[in-house]
Amino acid sequence: MPSADEVKSRIEAAIPGAEVDVQTADEVHFSAHVRASAFEGLTRVQQHRLVYDAFDGELGGAIHALALKTEVP
Amino acid sequence: MSNQIRDAIAEAIADNDIILFMKGTPDRPACGFSARTVAMLQALETPFTAVDVLPDPRIRQELSALSNWPTIPQLFHNGELIGGCDIVTEMYESGELAAALGVEPPADASGQAPVGADPVAAPLGIENRLG
Repeated sequence: MPSADEVKSRIEAAIPGAEVDVQTADEVHFSAHVRASAFEGLTRVQQHRLVYDAFDGELGGAIHALALKTEVP
Repeated sequence: MSNQIRDAIAEAIADNDIILFMKGTPDRPACGFSARTVAMLQALETPFTAVDVLPDPRIRQELSALSNWPTIPQLFHNGELIGGCDIVTEMYESGELAAALGVEPPADASGQAPVGADPVAAPLGIENRLG
């Protein structure tokens, strides 16, 4: 079962330079706020895909839900 | 077989102006995120087509393969993925959703997204299997 820190590190590894804040109450449902210059010029869908790509196949599995808010610095 | 499902999904997305893939139905949503997304569309008083992904796990597999989006719900407009519950909520609250769908902004001017009905628990096993 992933911890909030693991989720945070995964996103940071996938999107270098991202500022990531992850909260979880139960280590199954997570909420993440991600600020990254890599999001510049991308649609929200594309921004969320960049984050989802950090969790190949695990979303909906070990990570039941990841509520996501993305932002360009 | 799977390709038939994928083709049917692609056709449904192409044929319906606004289509929501969700867990459960608008009347009986089986997940809080699906319930919230339905509530926002209903608040905008826009007609939409809803597809329940729960009856067959291949629907979800093929949908996610097609859309390159891992989670449910997924809202499409004019064949394009608008997003999941988080994006729909952000767009609802900023007024972008009404604009994108070409409808009047919600009469309730608070801008707060409606919470939606309490989800109906899915039969044991289904929720666990499909997460």
